[in-house]
Amino acid sequence: MADQLLEINGLNKHFGGIFATENVNLSVERGTIHAVIGPNGAGKTTLIAQLSGQLKPDSGNIEFDGRSIINDSVATRARMGIARSFQITSVVMPMTLLENVMLAVQGGSGHSFGFWSPVHRDRAMETAAMSSLAEVGLEDRARRTAANVSHGEQRQLEVAMALAMKPRLLLLDEPMAGMGKEEGAMMIDILKRLRGDMTILLIEHDMDAVFSLADRLSVMVNGHVIATDTVENIRANKEVQKAYLGDGHA
Amino acid sequence: MFRLPANLSGRSYALLLAILALAPFILEWANQPFYLDLLSRALILGIAAISLNLILGFGGMISLGHAAYIGIGAYCVGIPSYYDYYSGWLHLALALSVSAIFALVTGAISLRTKGVYFIMITMAFSQMVFFTFLSMEEYGADDGLVIYSRSEFPEWLSMDSGVSLYYWVFAMLLLSLMFTHRLVHARFGRVIVGSRFNEQRMQALGFNTYRYRLTCYVISAMMCSVAGMLFGNFAGFISPDIMGWTRSGELIFMVIIGGVATFFGPLVGTIVFVLLEEFLSAITVYWHLIFGVMLVALVLFGKGGIHGWLSSWDRKDADYG
Repeated sequence: MADQLLEINGLNKHFGGIFATENVNLSVERGTIHAVIGPNGAGKTTLIAQLSGQLKPDSGNIEFDGRSIINDSVATRARMGIARSFQITSVVMPMTLLENVMLAVQGGSGHSFGFWSPVHRDRAMETAAMSSLAEVGLEDRARRTAANVSHGEQRQLEVAMALAMKPRLLLLDEPMAGMGKEEGAMMIDILKRLRGDMTILLIEHDMDAVFSLADRLSVMVNGHVIATDTVENIRANKEVQKAYLGDGHA
Repeated sequence: MFRLPANLSGRSYALLLAILALAPFILEWANQPFYLDLLSRALILGIAAISLNLILGFGGMISLGHAAYIGIGAYCVGIPSYYDYYSGWLHLALALSVSAIFALVTGAISLRTKGVYFIMITMAFSQMVFFTFLSMEEYGADDGLVIYSRSEFPEWLSMDSGVSLYYWVFAMLLLSLMFTHRLVHARFGRVIVGSRFNEQRMQALGFNTYRYRLTCYVISAMMCSVAGMLFGNFAGFISPDIMGWTRSGELIFMVIIGGVATFFGPLVGTIVFVLLEEFLSAITVYWHLIFGVMLVALVLFGKGGIHGWLSSWDRKDADYG
């Protein structure tokens, strides 16, 4: 068995009578990009929410690096090395991009009960933040307010903040949501550069992105994982084609 | 070291502080000792407003119970003095510790709620304190408690004269301004401000936002208790009225008039509030009516308060308002 960073076993979550997650088993190998695809309402974002700790599953287990994290809070999991980006942009809008990313660096570096020294004079933290911004190509936007940059740049900021936490596992919830073709291509480039260095669980609608990035692919439909395999095998899988890709595809 | 601020708002505040520093001399020369009393009162409430702004403005925690900490601070002077304990250090230590404990317990509960529920629960806790003091016959209940002598400090720190008390207040005011400024720009402040705008994101970044907000709430309460301790000394007479929920509401108005989440806004707002109250009530008994209309107009049209109005002439506004 290969080295698994994340192991999900028999995960269940339902809202009333609707199963958002039903008996989901999934494992993510260290150093790979694992993509989860599926139609709207398949339960992908609900899955991310349970992994990051916003939602508590009804039953099942999540192991991160060999340890169950099912009872840990969002903040605890983040400090253990699970970073996420949000499907709907979630940054601190009135702050600059640099301040946003510095917050992420700060979150990953000890406690924040510092009451006296100004953060904007912390060169080490600023350097770390700038390098994360540079990784996503936002270094020349560092002093702009998050509310005053384009949607695509806000999406890049989401990724930069996740990267700045130096995570062991990166959960990306549709990083390309609402992006134009050009911006999308840029995001694919950014993620390609991370490949191999980082373990990523990627949720994405854009098939071009998924097929060019993912090492492995899971397909979710109605809260079930109906298949997990390599990209080639998933493309050839008839059941997947019918359920998701459409009859005319492949 | 000292540079004159380049923008209008900064210059106005520097001028204001200079005037406040010299106020006792100016008023003595003008032979208007009454106004030193008024100014002392305004600055004491200013400290309370600055402390409220820390949670309300920077932290986004709208408390309608902050006056409770003025009350706690004041009774921490009044009750020991009733038993002939006049040590100022004792009064100060009591005010800081009692307010910290009360804020820790009530904050731990209140901060589990959000928005309107937070407003209501902070008000409920402050009313609890209000009615507790109201029912304590030993300490005067609603008749209040006379403080016969001011807190005793070493000679050079004495607050016995009107002028020395004024400088006590002024020094505490400067301290709270400076402390707030350092705090907001430090690691802690970034977390507090970040949590105000996007708590979900802050948690995903690894911050236990509840713990940070609770700490902020306790710090704010302790700052406010110093205002209470000074108020007890200033007034020489305290009653539960000083911590009614209307007083908490007034504090919110002072912050809004001056400018939410700005450093000098609450101080300016408080001075304007106290002066308006004073002069309008001298003109007519119906002054509340005029005052109310002015407040409504300020909130409706003066977005960002007086600070926002001043800094609309500046090129850049660096605050998070």
